[in-house]
Amino acid sequence: MKLIGERLAALRGERVVFRNVDIEVGSGDLLTLHGPNGSGKTTLLRVLAGLLSIMSGRLSLLDDEAKPVTDEKRDRSLHFISHQDSIRSQLRVAETLQFHAALLGAPKKSVSPALEAWGLEKLAGHSGGLLSAGQRRRLSLARLSLQPRKLWLLDEPMTALDAASRARLTDACSAHLAGGGMIVAATHEAFMGDPKVLQLGTRS
Amino acid sequence: MLTLYRSWQRLFRSFWGLPQAGQLQKPNWQRFANPDRFVKLARKLTPWFMVSAIALGLAGIIMGLMIAPPDYQQGDAMRIIYVHVPAAWMSMFVYGVMAVSSAVAFVWKHPLADVAAKASAPIGAVFTALALITGMLWGKPMWGAWWVWDARLTSVLILFFLYLGYIVLWSAIEEPTRAARAARILALVGAINIPIIKFSVDWWNTLHQGATVFRMDGPAMPASMLTPLLIMALSYNLLYAGLLMIRMRAEVAERRLRSIRLGLESPAS
Amino acid sequence: MSTFWALIRRDVTLGMRASGGAALAAAFFALIVVLVPFGLGPDLSVLKTSAPGLFWIAALLSTLLGLERIIQPDTEDGTMDLIRLSPIPLEMTSLAKITAHWLTSGLIITVLAPALAPLLNLATEAIPILALSLLIGTPALSAIGTAAAALGSSVQRGGMILALLALPLNIPFLIFGATAVSRAQAGDDPAQALLLLGAASLITLIVGSFAAAAALRIGDE
Repeated sequence: MKLIGERLAALRGERVVFRNVDIEVGSGDLLTLHGPNGSGKTTLLRVLAGLLSIMSGRLSLLDDEAKPVTDEKRDRSLHFISHQDSIRSQLRVAETLQFHAALLGAPKKSVSPALEAWGLEKLAGHSGGLLSAGQRRRLSLARLSLQPRKLWLLDEPMTALDAASRARLTDACSAHLAGGGMIVAATHEAFMGDPKVLQLGTRS
Repeated sequence: MLTLYRSWQRLFRSFWGLPQAGQLQKPNWQRFANPDRFVKLARKLTPWFMVSAIALGLAGIIMGLMIAPPDYQQGDAMRIIYVHVPAAWMSMFVYGVMAVSSAVAFVWKHPLADVAAKASAPIGAVFTALALITGMLWGKPMWGAWWVWDARLTSVLILFFLYLGYIVLWSAIEEPTRAARAARILALVGAINIPIIKFSVDWWNTLHQGATVFRMDGPAMPASMLTPLLIMALSYNLLYAGLLMIRMRAEVAERRLRSIRLGLESPAS
Repeated sequence: MSTFWALIRRDVTLGMRASGGAALAAAFFALIVVLVPFGLGPDLSVLKTSAPGLFWIAALLSTLLGLERIIQPDTEDGTMDLIRLSPIPLEMTSLAKITAHWLTSGLIITVLAPALAPLLNLATEAIPILALSLLIGTPALSAIGTAAAALGSSVQRGGMILALLALPLNIPFLIFGATAVSRAQAGDDPAQALLLLGAASLITLIVGSFAAAAALRIGDE
């Protein structure tokens, strides 16, 4: 699978946040997006996820035969972990992840291994409102373990994580890349050695 | 099921010439190729509309208040119909214009259509308020009460709330492109529901045998009354057209100012 | 399909547990009914003739109460992004939202109303019609409310605005519903009013689902 974007430009509201962005991510690639606040990292991730239309340019996700995939196939090929964590204080941790599994179309039995993978099994019965920032982050990241998907779009994945959780995340990412997966991550700090970097605009 | 839905959507989009999901799309305002032509035309037309509206209005008022005969039942009190009835007509007509513009905006995404709908709403609301107030003034001598839950008056009142909701939605959503999209949907939902509302109110009214309504329609009206009424209606329409041109120009100017400020458009263009 | 049920289950769970949810709608409904005699006086015949309309007004106002929690929290916390990435069409999402809102407002009111009917001296033979009319009509109130909530989802604390958007569209249901109950109480046949209520409700459910879905698409163009 391959993600290709040419001369992408996007609006946030009425403001052009970036233009002329070229992007190419193939199997096993990690692309990190760098740039100051407001440079459009999150917007670009939303564009790649298909949640936001592009203003101009060309964006396609190609399958293994280099044919562009349909929208539904694209939706089913990606994980989007934004900084909004979709956690409600009225739902328990396990219930939250069960709901996320249902949205992804992942089987119910994938929930407890995912909780375990992110060290959340002891918190399964806790209310979402009681989680710390790092625990909330881990619960978001646990979606990655619900179902194998080719393309991971991560927005500031390291935020609020402690050393052990960071190690857990980098391990998961390395395993994903080793299995031919693709990752696009927006970060402020170096992420897994930054093998490929896309620098987005300067503050205007 | 799902594939059926997606292919229907694809067909729908291609039928209306809409970009397929994932295809490139330009922001609305920039796709609006040339507002200049409209602005120029509007600037030329505005004085004509306004002058003829005032002239016809004066003629209609003079004919209605002085020349037309008093009603054999209600005497001079019914002369308020020359203000009231055209206002009530306009309240519906302007909502119709809003609904059609919204449909055009919804299907073809033409921003001028959004501008027309947005600019129409306050004008329509004022016509509606005028119809309500004159209806109340008329009701006092006729029925002995300032407000009677007559089917027409009630429908106009509900229409007034629809206008208010539309105006409030526009002002509540900060981002104009977002507000425009939400307002389109609201105007269309309102238009779909108006027949249901109208029917329910009429049904409710006949069921409760409200005050006997003085019937405006029908051939009962003599030409001496009908002529000033139609002249007034024409005057109101021209007034609406004139105000609409002014408001649309203001809206275009405001949007352009906004684009310039956001750096989307150069001041020279 | 399982996504559809998961959406309903999650929203109902939230509605049952959140402070502004089902319990508040039920309490508000009961409160209006209890307060009415203090306003109108305890005259049983006055209460009896007012009861059909009052029950319906109470139902209408109680369903307006929870509108803010249908869509806006989901757009704020990113759940709507996950929903849009899921394979379920937005029309079905809207229908799930409508259903969940109804289960935590309209349905509860429908069950509660017969129990409260004696407080306003509603005739015994009209009680089943009251429950039936609420059962038929309240889904439409949820549909209108969900569409309004989707339209106002980008408005902060837009509760009043949502009420203003929904209110004029709710009037036909108030008319048909209250009339059906009044007629049953007066010994007349309520069938016509109930049929009209059902027809309007069905149309509104469809229009509401599509309008809400269109409103949810606003963000992605």
